Amino acid sequence: MAVPIRPQPRTLGDSLRQNGVSRRGFLKFCAATASMMALPPSMAPAIAAALEQARRPSVIWLSFQECTGCTESLTRSFSPTVENLILDIISLDYHHTLQAAAGDAAEHAREQAMHENAGNYLVVVDGSLPGPGSNPGFSTIAGVSNLQMLQETVAGAAAVVAVGTCAAFGGLPKAAPNPSGAVAVSDIIKDKPVINVSGCPPVPMVITGVLAQYLTFGTLPELDAYNRPMAFFGQSIHDRCYRRPFYDKGLFAETFDDEGARKGWCLYRLGCKGPMTYNACATMKWNGGTSWPVESGHPCLGCSEPDFWDAGGFYNAMSVPVGDSGNVLLAAGAGGLALGVGASLLGRHKRAAAKAGHETVTADELEQKL
Amino acid sequence: MMSSMDFLLFTKGPLFQVAIAIFVLGILIRLVEIFALGRSRNFAEPRGGQVIPGLKTVYKRFNPDPGTFRRAPFDVVVGTVWHIGFIVALLLFIPHVEVIKATVGLAWPGLPNPVVDAVTAITLLGLIAALIHRLTHPVKRFLSTPEDYVIWAVTFLPVLTGYIAYHRLVNPYPLALGVHILTAEIFLIVLPFTKLTHIFTAVVARWFNGANFGRKGVQS
Amino acid sequence: MSGLDNIPIQVEPAPALARDFGNALPILGEIRHAVARLRHDGEPSCIDLGAMPFGPGDEARLMTLLGRGEVSATVTALGPTHVWETGYPGVWVVEYQNTEAQRVGLQIEIDEVPKILRTQPADLDDTLAALEARLREAAGRHPDGASDSQ
Repeated sequence: MAVPIRPQPRTLGDSLRQNGVSRRGFLKFCAATASMMALPPSMAPAIAAALEQARRPSVIWLSFQECTGCTESLTRSFSPTVENLILDIISLDYHHTLQAAAGDAAEHAREQAMHENAGNYLVVVDGSLPGPGSNPGFSTIAGVSNLQMLQETVAGAAAVVAVGTCAAFGGLPKAAPNPSGAVAVSDIIKDKPVINVSGCPPVPMVITGVLAQYLTFGTLPELDAYNRPMAFFGQSIHDRCYRRPFYDKGLFAETFDDEGARKGWCLYRLGCKGPMTYNACATMKWNGGTSWPVESGHPCLGCSEPDFWDAGGFYNAMSVPVGDSGNVLLAAGAGGLALGVGASLLGRHKRAAAKAGHETVTADELEQKL
Repeated sequence: MMSSMDFLLFTKGPLFQVAIAIFVLGILIRLVEIFALGRSRNFAEPRGGQVIPGLKTVYKRFNPDPGTFRRAPFDVVVGTVWHIGFIVALLLFIPHVEVIKATVGLAWPGLPNPVVDAVTAITLLGLIAALIHRLTHPVKRFLSTPEDYVIWAVTFLPVLTGYIAYHRLVNPYPLALGVHILTAEIFLIVLPFTKLTHIFTAVVARWFNGANFGRKGVQS
Repeated sequence: MSGLDNIPIQVEPAPALARDFGNALPILGEIRHAVARLRHDGEPSCIDLGAMPFGPGDEARLMTLLGRGEVSATVTALGPTHVWETGYPGVWVVEYQNTEAQRVGLQIEIDEVPKILRTQPADLDDTLAALEARLREAAGRHPDGASDSQ
């Protein structure tokens, strides 16, 4: 490990002053951070006060069964000032895609960070991992299985941030039939707080927003039922969609090139999963606030929800059932017809038998019987 | 533990298949049995056609005769209102049209959501009024069987849960939607084996009545 | 003929006006309430437009509604921050940009002067200290002003 040339700043305030950031610059940084953490702008002074004292946390980033899309999302974020500052302030001690070191040196960096910051470091995980019942050889780093590395690394961590739908819910690797026996981080880690930042990939500002929250207030954000930060996942895409008025008026695009599509009407009938998807895309948008899927005319896939790969066709309306209803209908129809004919035959037989068994009786005969 | 998304996918997937299988199987057994049983041969010479008078009666019986209306205006008005409301919400809400299109391949234009929303609210009120009337009216109460109350609940719940899901009154949404789909599936499963079969048999019975009139030369 | 020629292509002229998704007017209402708060209680407000579910054109429509006023300023700190008063005095637009001139935040401030333009007390302390040091330095070069004249 390289020896630091100058002493590492202890707090964020020190770090910023060392970087020549003025107080107006700092105020701007806090305003942008409040916006990023989805806090009201009035929180900026509180953020400023907290950031002055913030410590520089060590972060270990583990990549398991993933596509590096989450790291791409984070490093392609379009507001370098704010997010780079956050990333400069955290000490990213291990990230095998981004770090210069490789092989033993890389693993050594991870062990050193774990040792030096025992009990205080953050573990960020992207990607799912083969579960305990699966072949550990399906995914390894430096000959260590993902499961073992996760358990080892998390043992001394303060908290775990599961970045991306794979780490949060299993994602694509877990899609049926789940050949690698993939599980989510929260399926393994039960004794540490796990924050899920889902999305395929997550909005970059949401990743840094969660880190900023931890950095600023030293606390974990308020979480929803899936352990996702409420600030970003508290509202559905549908509730924050600028096309919502068209849904409410009943104006829908029915194909990708009809009048409705050109006029920017609601994409529900084209398969939009916005009503059941909780994410920040509609307000934070993508590519530095340029646009987001619905704005570009494509329905929401619901990528921040569990099992979105198996939740029916991306282009089927949300209400449409999953599975082969047509064949079920045909089979049930054929069965119903056959059984119905059988039941009626039985009825006819009964009627015929009753007719055949009918005997004429005279009044005298009846009287004799009585 | 089952999450709300697991629940939604279960109701949208396997449970839906089971529900439509039981529904189609059940309703076909009942209808085919009725049709295939046949009627005993009528040797009397027909005095008129059967098809037109049959259809006429199917239509005419939608209008209550003045006597019925005078005796039970509440039942006629409220009954008609919520039946129409239920059918409109069931068949003309866009997400429902999408379900039918994906399941049987038939599609038709829907109504704007606010219209269906208003109709649903009226249907809910109508169903509640109908239940209160049933509970407070001594004759109705005496005539009601447990099955009547079960059927009321099975009909009421999909409308109520649909209203809740549309207005997002329960969070998370997948749970609200899953419960709505589940109640609709219960409706489908229960339908062929209870009085709810009247949805299909009422029309058949009316047509047969009218056809009989026509054959006898009576005005239908 | 190639099959491609059979595909009808419809060229749509670019829309002349920004489409209105109806999200601009409610913001105007929010601003009205904020101005009333500032006038009656002296309480400034700040609206984060980044948290608004704007559709394409909504922001342009809001900016058109607000118009431009007499004051505009640029702060250079961690990249430029553009500040301007709208056609409604007391309603300011503050656009934060990073060093690469990409927007990192857009806020509407309802205040007499936006916060970022005000000089902060801590900076005043620094100014005092710096001026005093400068004067001391000047005095050191000319140890006594009075001796010059004599």
